[in-house]
Amino acid sequence: MNWVWFHKLGSPKWFFQWASKWSTPVFYLGLLCLLVGVIWGLVFAPTDYQQGETYRIIYVHVPAAVLAESCYLSLGVAGLVYLVWQMKMAPIFIKSMAPVGAAMAAIALISGAIWGKPTWGTWWVWDARLTSVLVLFILYMGIIALQNTLEDVALANQAAAIVSVLGLINLPIIKYSVNWWNTLHQPASFGLTKKPAMPMEMWLPLLISLVGFYFLVAGLAMWRMQSEILLRERRSQWVKEKVMNDGV
Amino acid sequence: MHPIRKKRLITIAIILFVLSSALGLVLYALQQNINLFYSPTQIALGEAPQNTTIRAGGMVVKGSVKRDANTLDVVFSVTDFKHSLQIQYQGILPDLFREGQGIVAQGKMLSNGVFSASQVLAKHDEKYMPPEVSEALEKAQNDSTPTSSSVNDY
Repeated sequence: MNWVWFHKLGSPKWFFQWASKWSTPVFYLGLLCLLVGVIWGLVFAPTDYQQGETYRIIYVHVPAAVLAESCYLSLGVAGLVYLVWQMKMAPIFIKSMAPVGAAMAAIALISGAIWGKPTWGTWWVWDARLTSVLVLFILYMGIIALQNTLEDVALANQAAAIVSVLGLINLPIIKYSVNWWNTLHQPASFGLTKKPAMPMEMWLPLLISLVGFYFLVAGLAMWRMQSEILLRERRSQWVKEKVMNDGV
Repeated sequence: MHPIRKKRLITIAIILFVLSSALGLVLYALQQNINLFYSPTQIALGEAPQNTTIRAGGMVVKGSVKRDANTLDVVFSVTDFKHSLQIQYQGILPDLFREGQGIVAQGKMLSNGVFSASQVLAKHDEKYMPPEVSEALEKAQNDSTPTSSSVNDY
């Protein structure tokens, strides 16, 4: 198997050039999908038989929650790559992605609270799903804190990578919390092996919104990684040349 | 793979495995603390602690909701289809509270076997559908034999 593309990803210079080509189009594609999905969901999708209009917050809540978990999965993989292969790009990725994932977890928690009040009758309850997502948010905070407070860069990279990998254990707990324990949160409406528990005119805008969130997060992460690369590689020849030529 | 990298990978895999097993055992041991509520069966079998605030959850039995005409008092039963539990509550119920719907109530068991709730939360299932579809389903269900009626999750 040809691993050249994988090894290329490890080069900050190569990644910077690749990302400067793709970050902006990816971000705006995400924004477009998000707008289409959310407007479709908020205005045109049918109301729900039980919750009426209230359920429409699903078009933000579910994508944000999925992204919070996906971002963490990517952090865990990057942490593993750093601890085993010592790739330079991995800590750059962790540092850039952690705040984005934390924002997604925060959106999921806040939109969930707003949704919970009118439907369940409470903003918050310490059930397994809500608590495990709060733990996810705190893990993000821990990674951000480690990356930003440890002055020794190598130590900061190492510590953040270790927390990222260990935190992976939380992901199956979040996913299966609603099946393993009695919770106030309902079980999943979607799964890879089952039919969605809603008709197509409801899940199609949700899917578009979800795709939008993925692209938006990818674009944001690439932007953040670009500036992080410039910062970390500021003493290298190619960054100096780039700054001299483009005045970035 | 380079032997050093292989060693690191195996070390991480072992640490992850040990930690997740330990956490799994802890979560299993704490299962009853993590469960948000006791089911009517657990309460009937005496698994729920006495004389302390607990949560009880189940599906509101159809036709069991009795409201007082002059006050906010309401009495209803919840069931897990094996046992049922009578709950009394004073206050405004959440919008989604209705018969056949899952609820979680927080309160205490009284000596007469009635659960006195200080808070009632409504659960909803993971299914979403437009009202017309729901009406059509209900109509189809009423037309068919009772054996085909499905039981909602709670």
